[in-house]
Amino acid sequence: MDSPGVSGSLRNQLALTLIGGAAVLALLLFFAVRSYAVQVAQQGQNNILEASVTSMLDAAAIRDGRIELDLPYAAFSMLATPADDRVFYAILQDGVHLSGYEDLAFSQGATGGNLMFEIGEMRGGAVQKISASRTLIGANNRTEVQIVLAQTQDALSETLDQISRNAALLGLGFFGLAAALSFWATSATIGQLGKLTSSVTRRGPQDLSPFTKPVPREMAPLVTSLNSLMGRLDQSLSRSEDFIAEAAHRVRTPLATVRSYAEATLQRVDKEENREAMRSMVKAIDESSRAAGQLLDHAMITFRADHLEREEIDLVVVARELVLRLTPIADMKDLSLTLRGDPHVPYSGDLVLIQNAVRNLIDNAMKYSPAEGAIEVAVALHPRPQIRVCDRGPGFPTDEIEALTTRFRRGANAANTIGSGLGLTIAREVAQAHGGQIELANQEGGGACVTLSF
Amino acid sequence: MRYLIVLVLVCLGSTGWAQNWEDRQVFNDTDAATTLRIISSTDTDLFAPLIDTFVARNPDIAIEYLVTGTADIDLRFRNTPEAFDIAISSAMDLQLKLVNDGYALPLENVAHLPWAEWRQSLFAFTSEPAAIVINRAAFDGMAIPQSRQELIEALRARPDVFRNRVGTYDVRQSGLGYLFATQDARASETFWRLMEVMGGLDVRLYCCSGDMIDDLTDGTIAVAYNVLGSYAEARAESQSTLEIILPSDFPTTMMRTAFVSRATKKPQTAAQFIQFLVSYQSSPVDGAGLLPLLSEKENGAERRAIALEPALMTFLDRLKRNKFLSEWESALIQK
Ligand SMILES: Nc1ncnc2c1ncn2[C@@H]1O[C@H](COP(=O)(O)OP(=O)(O)OP(=O)(O)O)[C@@H](O)[C@H]1O
Ligand SMILES: [Mg+2]
Repeated sequence: MDSPGVSGSLRNQLALTLIGGAAVLALLLFFAVRSYAVQVAQQGQNNILEASVTSMLDAAAIRDGRIELDLPYAAFSMLATPADDRVFYAILQDGVHLSGYEDLAFSQGATGGNLMFEIGEMRGGAVQKISASRTLIGANNRTEVQIVLAQTQDALSETLDQISRNAALLGLGFFGLAAALSFWATSATIGQLGKLTSSVTRRGPQDLSPFTKPVPREMAPLVTSLNSLMGRLDQSLSRSEDFIAEAAHRVRTPLATVRSYAEATLQRVDKEENREAMRSMVKAIDESSRAAGQLLDHAMITFRADHLEREEIDLVVVARELVLRLTPIADMKDLSLTLRGDPHVPYSGDLVLIQNAVRNLIDNAMKYSPAEGAIEVAVALHPRPQIRVCDRGPGFPTDEIEALTTRFRRGANAANTIGSGLGLTIAREVAQAHGGQIELANQEGGGACVTLSF
Repeated sequence: MRYLIVLVLVCLGSTGWAQNWEDRQVFNDTDAATTLRIISSTDTDLFAPLIDTFVARNPDIAIEYLVTGTADIDLRFRNTPEAFDIAISSAMDLQLKLVNDGYALPLENVAHLPWAEWRQSLFAFTSEPAAIVINRAAFDGMAIPQSRQELIEALRARPDVFRNRVGTYDVRQSGLGYLFATQDARASETFWRLMEVMGGLDVRLYCCSGDMIDDLTDGTIAVAYNVLGSYAEARAESQSTLEIILPSDFPTTMMRTAFVSRATKKPQTAAQFIQFLVSYQSSPVDGAGLLPLLSEKENGAERRAIALEPALMTFLDRLKRNKFLSEWESALIQK
């Protein structure tokens, strides 16, 4: 049987799509967690800077017309981090440096109480800066105090590194889980297809009944199509069988009628030339009838060969029945028809076909051997189950022996006999349909021998 | 001729330097390949055993040990950071600010306790509580005060005995004195009351603990407040006359710290010295030196030292310092 053209794998496609999706999601998860963490961590630092600068501003006061700023110890204390981040600050009054680091600058001046953040660089380190200001009102002046506070980001980047590592682990874990899940989902899905495939394969050759086992909804259309295909197949098969039987009947019946009329006419005709014409007519009718029968048999065999209906049979029984049935015909020709060989030869095969083949062989033996000849049907179990039909006639024409099993081929010795040249073809095809072969040979003492081995 | 000039210059230079230092000593002078210049506030006597052990183990390293006050260390270091390889000082606040300002070199492979280290650059190696040291003679037959409160009461009870006979650091000059005073002021109001009482008794102010202990030993003063107990203990002759009291109300414990200059040309050797210093002071080896060890506990009780954190810079702020000094002056110098 032809294997279908394969392009791509549903399993791989499904698994790849799912795993690819999982990878993209894992990456998204990683970046989302990370960027969120960056935001939160930066917000945390900003909050502390804000609290610190606010507490510093709160400590500012005007006393005797001069600014006094009693820095609270907690303002810097709260800026202590596990990574020992450096802290810088500058206190300005109306833009003029008052105390702290003179090299700490903020892009904007005081803006009336607003908090501002800025990223900058201070003494070899990246810093987050905050600037806040407050207006102080004295007895006869008003002045603005601005405080710029900066902190390095070592602890922040340490935290971020740690969070990144954890986020990466989270992403990887997610990916691993999703990949395992997609493998599972893929094989579960493909498993349904596999189940259907094996239940199709397990079916007997004659089993064309619809599938009734429940399948997933997505596979229902496939099974429905399969069922309708098999329904049509079943229908057309039984139709062909019926057709063949019908055709045989339709051809044979009128021919038999014509023959019986011709026979009757022959009795009444006296003129020798007319009688001769009538005889050739009967012969032609016989030829046609034989040809039609053999043709239909051959058609039936060709058809059945694809769907052998094997059953347990005993080849000896098959042969005996045929011998019994054909003995009367043999007797008419004074032929002896004998059966010998093993008592039981069990074999699993198509009874109708084997009967047909053996009948054709016995038929030939009777047809081509002279009167009072002996025909022997031998059944043996070893080396393989086989049936051999031998006669004591002239045997096969040796130069043609190879070609006699081909369709419509008749030997040179068959000129005077009625036949279509399909008998041996049928026998060969039956043997081959059962995985066996046919062997044609001439016996040493004269006579043809045909062996069907299965 | 050229050599002579160089020699003369070197001699002039070295004598010139020597005049500026409280003390200057070179260890392992003879056969050393490299010389580490250490600027320190700790007296050479206290440090010598440690350095001797170090140079004995590393004969190719010489050490030039320069002693000056804590405020002077800060000043000199800021002016010429490249002139020194290591800075050692008891003024934790000044040291921390130097590190914060970027003068220190971070050392990767110095393993140290997290609370005794800052930015892997500043390493603490002693724990030294500020003590009240008294001359026993002045308290003959009297109860010895165990806390600041009791000291206030003792001083108030006998003003005639203590007039002009109490001493403490002049915080305007001494970095360590300023650190102790600010930490005391932060901890309790008692400090200001004590200052007022001492001011009322015409307090004597000292630049350095050495002088203070000298005066205490010979009886010039009867009470010294916020002196390093270790300095008093180091004086053999003082054992009988002096009593060192660690105030029971609240402790003020300082840690001596060291860092390597970012401008050093011998980072490897300097790091090696710090490594040695830290391990020598964490676990006593061969009889131990004269410096107090770094420890979290003092006499069994938990005594946390002043934390190494940016908050130490608070009192170094110009406005804050001015305010503190004016309060201190008005309490102590009552004219
Ligand atoms: N027993 C036999 N002895 C001699 N020749 C035989 C024998 N059997 C077959 N042949 C030869 O083989 C030929 C083919 O036989 P085959 O049975 O196929 O055709 P057929 O007998 O001529 O026609 P039919 O289809 O009616 O049987 C025959 O024509 C005949 O020449
Ligand atoms: Mg035949």
